[in-house]
Amino acid sequence: MTDPFIELRNIRKEFAGVVALDDMSLTVREAEIHCLAGENGSGKSTIIKVMSGVYQPDRGEILIRGQQVPRLNPIASIDHGIQVIYQDFSLFGNLTVAENLAMNVQLREKHRLMNWRRTREIAREAVDRLGVELDLDAEVGHLPTAGKQLVAIARALMSDARLIIMDEPTTALTRREVETLFRIVRDIQSRGIAVLFVSHKMREMLEISETITVMRNGSLVADGPTSEFDEALITRHMTGSDIISEPYVWTPPSGAPQSPRLEVRGLGLKGAYEDVDLTIRPGEIVGLTGLMGSGRTELALSLFGMAPADHGDVKVDGKPVALRTTQEAIAAGIAYVPEDRLSEGLFLTQSIDRNILSTSYEALSPGLTIDKTRAAEMAAETIDTMQIATPTGDKLVKELSGGNQQRVVLGRWLLTDARVLILNGPTVGVDVGSKAEIHRKIRDLAREQGLAVLMISDDVPELVQNCNRLVLMHRGRLVEEFESAGTSEEAIGDKLKAFR
Amino acid sequence: MAWLRRSEVVIAGILLLAMILIGLVNPAFWQADNLFSLMRSNVIIGIMALGVLMIMISGGIDVSFPAFAVAAMYLTVKFMLWSGYEGIAFAFAMAAMIGLLLGAINAFFVYKFRMIPLIVTLGTGSMVRGFLLGVVGTSMININKMPDGLIDFAKIDIVSMTKADGTTYGLTAMVLVYLGLALIVHMVLRYTMVGRGVYAYGGDPEAASRAGFDIRLILFFIYCFAGALAGFAGLLHAGMIWLANPRDFVGLELDVIAAVVLGGASIFGGRGSVLGTMLGVFMLVMVKNSLIIMKIDTTWQRVVVGVIIIIATAVTAWRDQKRKA
Ligand SMILES: Nc1ncnc2c1ncn2[C@@H]1O[C@H](COP(=O)(O)OP(=O)(O)OP(=O)(O)O)[C@@H](O)[C@H]1O
Ligand SMILES: [Mg+2]
Repeated sequence: MTDPFIELRNIRKEFAGVVALDDMSLTVREAEIHCLAGENGSGKSTIIKVMSGVYQPDRGEILIRGQQVPRLNPIASIDHGIQVIYQDFSLFGNLTVAENLAMNVQLREKHRLMNWRRTREIAREAVDRLGVELDLDAEVGHLPTAGKQLVAIARALMSDARLIIMDEPTTALTRREVETLFRIVRDIQSRGIAVLFVSHKMREMLEISETITVMRNGSLVADGPTSEFDEALITRHMTGSDIISEPYVWTPPSGAPQSPRLEVRGLGLKGAYEDVDLTIRPGEIVGLTGLMGSGRTELALSLFGMAPADHGDVKVDGKPVALRTTQEAIAAGIAYVPEDRLSEGLFLTQSIDRNILSTSYEALSPGLTIDKTRAAEMAAETIDTMQIATPTGDKLVKELSGGNQQRVVLGRWLLTDARVLILNGPTVGVDVGSKAEIHRKIRDLAREQGLAVLMISDDVPELVQNCNRLVLMHRGRLVEEFESAGTSEEAIGDKLKAFR
Repeated sequence: MAWLRRSEVVIAGILLLAMILIGLVNPAFWQADNLFSLMRSNVIIGIMALGVLMIMISGGIDVSFPAFAVAAMYLTVKFMLWSGYEGIAFAFAMAAMIGLLLGAINAFFVYKFRMIPLIVTLGTGSMVRGFLLGVVGTSMININKMPDGLIDFAKIDIVSMTKADGTTYGLTAMVLVYLGLALIVHMVLRYTMVGRGVYAYGGDPEAASRAGFDIRLILFFIYCFAGALAGFAGLLHAGMIWLANPRDFVGLELDVIAAVVLGGASIFGGRGSVLGTMLGVFMLVMVKNSLIIMKIDTTWQRVVVGVIIIIATAVTAWRDQKRKA
């Protein structure tokens, strides 16, 4: 085992009455890959911000390489070799890759003038060091998420980092991109740099890390070598209880066959997908998976009127519907929870209540005024069923932890009386405990209210657990269909691998 | 062919097209005296647009500069008359300094209280105008009283020609002043860290401060610089039209903002260039000039400027949205 690089002891941090960290301790050793686990709101992001000097702890001590550090501010933290890659990457979308990469060096060297040649040299070096392909002249705003992340990592490596911290780096990545990221993480480690990262995916943690620290309610509950942990144990530490989940079973009702909730025939969109036939009956949860670029997101967008299909028809409850705009889709009873909720679905500077109700105001205002009591009831009910960790619905959404923000968007759509629910990555960035809770809620909706659910995800175990049927998409076509019962995760994983 | 997609190239293309169209309707458009007078009309709006450009790149907007320009111009001319100063160097320095100090007030409120630039500059602009008319005076200073040095400076031509009927016309040397200032602003934006900081701040203020940019320096720099440019332009304007009118420049902010937006700057901040802005200014001035030649009522000119703002903003907003996706 290597020496400790940073040690945090008995850290406490309070935000206006909310205790985010309480007696939290964490040790990251030199050149180790360390994983930080915990439920939504358990304080992971907060402890990271303590290390990066963004927050000053109210109590506790910080040691770097055995030396006590009195106060850590962002600059001191960087000087100690700590680099944080934030969830939003802190990149400048309006500037080129080269400028984004070189900016910190230029600023640190306190230049007054901008040397474009040197900017390119620095950037070239950064990219070479990481061993990836990046177009230095591309505007960062044009890059896909994985590309932005690479720029952020390359930039972090520029500054003699000893520890690179990544807050949920895999949340917005596809499986293949995660593999690339892990290759890079191991490479970083081989250069003697430690990596601390937060993830909600058990398998990832067990696969990549050497050490795991689990926190609950702002405190340390367990830490040790990864070999001493398994999924069940991490879950138990995180939630304080075991989570047992059963596969979703759906039996076609006996008697006269009902018309399907959603019926898609020969749907196609040039350049995205073609010949899509899909039928979902009331109460069915159908999983859809495929690699990046398989057309699955485009299909979802078409069904929600955001990227209208150019041929084929869609029927809801046997009635043909036109889906040229989102309004038409909503009117047809289709709800869509987007993939990129944090940037598309939320009004960050508005209260939780307003966010939850934002799709329901029409239903709430039969006349000219909004039914305030009913609105308050609905919001409170949603906070309750979605288990959003907040003292009141007046809190601003941006003050919630990432996973709790997620639940707000989900809760909002569950309020509308949709008949077809399309979920794109419904539990990305949500911890195990609440994942189970959200899954239960989705099942209830399907089973009790007869919704047709289309669940799109990269998370094969999630799909196998929660869907009665699975569809694989590849190069814009639905290529295979399985009943979940009798299909193993491995079998699907193998199929997906074969697609590459 | 990446350069083909650059905003400047697109704007230049549209400009050329517009010039050809106008030339077809009115062949006199291409005559040297018309082109010279067009370029002359670019100078004042152009210099002010350079300041507005910097503020728009930072994600802000400025509507106070016409008031600053008028205040700097009127105070300086009054001072020159009172002191009998006949030179020009000190006069322009003084006008620029007045603008700079007023700009610092904008920067102070935007930086210190994180106020929305539109509100701050609406307030300061209105205050400065009020003070000027209420405290300093409302009377115009016209040709027979204007300082001669100033008028003589503004009269300098680079080339002058004589028409068949004996009248002379020329290209004012003030165009060079404009080009010089444009070059300076371009160099600042592109080759200094402060300039890059303006883009960074406009792209993402939070990330810019995390990266270690000096936000206070950036904000004071752009608002003061913009104020100084406005003050300078104000005095130059008085010299060029031989008149110092304390009620001048009313409604000019709209023209200038229209020109900057037309030049490809984003109202969301983070994007814009000096070259694009100069093209935008030329296009706006040319359109307004053609409307005058076609004897279209001034009230309708306002309509056209409004339409230009809406269309240009819509196009740039659409472009930025596409880039983000
Ligand atoms: N700036 C703030 N103001 C008020 N409360 C805050 C602030 N930042 C965090 N909190 C609270 O502190 C607690 C811990 O939040 P934190 O973001 O660290 O959780 P997390 O473990 O990162 O969760 P997630 O997995 O959802 O991202 C939460 O209850 C959150 O609401
Ligand atoms: Mg977090």
